[in-house]
Amino acid sequence: MKIIAVCGMGIGTSVLLKMNTEKVLRTLGIDADVEAADIGVARGMARDAEIVLTSEELAEEIGDVDAQVIVIDNFFDLEEITEKLTSALE
Amino acid sequence: MAVNLAAELDEASIRTHATVTDWQAAITLAGDALVAGGVTTDEYTNEMIAAVEKLGPYIVIAPGLAIAHSRPSPAVLRAGLSWVSLDEPVRFGHKKNDPVSLVIGLAAPDHEGHLEMMQALAGVLMNAELLAALQAADSPAQVLALMSNPELLTGKAHS
Repeated sequence: MKIIAVCGMGIGTSVLLKMNTEKVLRTLGIDADVEAADIGVARGMARDAEIVLTSEELAEEIGDVDAQVIVIDNFFDLEEITEKLTSALE
Repeated sequence: MAVNLAAELDEASIRTHATVTDWQAAITLAGDALVAGGVTTDEYTNEMIAAVEKLGPYIVIAPGLAIAHSRPSPAVLRAGLSWVSLDEPVRFGHKKNDPVSLVIGLAAPDHEGHLEMMQALAGVLMNAELLAALQAADSPAQVLALMSNPELLTGKAHS
């Protein structure tokens, strides 16, 4: 499974989100590749990904893609990431 | 995971008890602090503000916390951070995480190569007790001391 963490520039917040998503996936025992991406390449990368994680503002920019787009409000809240990932994977 | 954030942060790039009136001023301070630490040129500060104008306040990624940054560009001299804690929080226009009382300035010359710095940053930002102490710190030296020796916290609690 491929998951993309998206931010505006691809150097900062997406890297933090990627690290915390990997932490959550390890706890859940789910095997997945998590990649950080900037908004410019996110649409293309979303084509072969199952899930896109991002913030509310950027979710609107990404628009309509096949992957499930999940909005994360607090990138440091592992419980929020866990809950939203779990319900997306159900 | 034991990378020390103090090693990635120049004392010249830290501001404590800063006072600003709006988010642009807050990002400008974070940008000036990056410039003072030799991380970026002034142009990067403008790029960070332009990023929020274009993409919205998405850099407010947790309650009270903004990670001001832009993309790799000639205005980035090296990978680095700045740290600005505000006396009075300011609004960035984020629906859930406003107002902001800590602005981290972040710059990287490329998309890779600063992973250890980001891990160290995440380690600090996810430690609620340490973060609270850092925001209350009175000087850049104290910020660095707390980052280098988180055990100071426990000492403080018992004294």
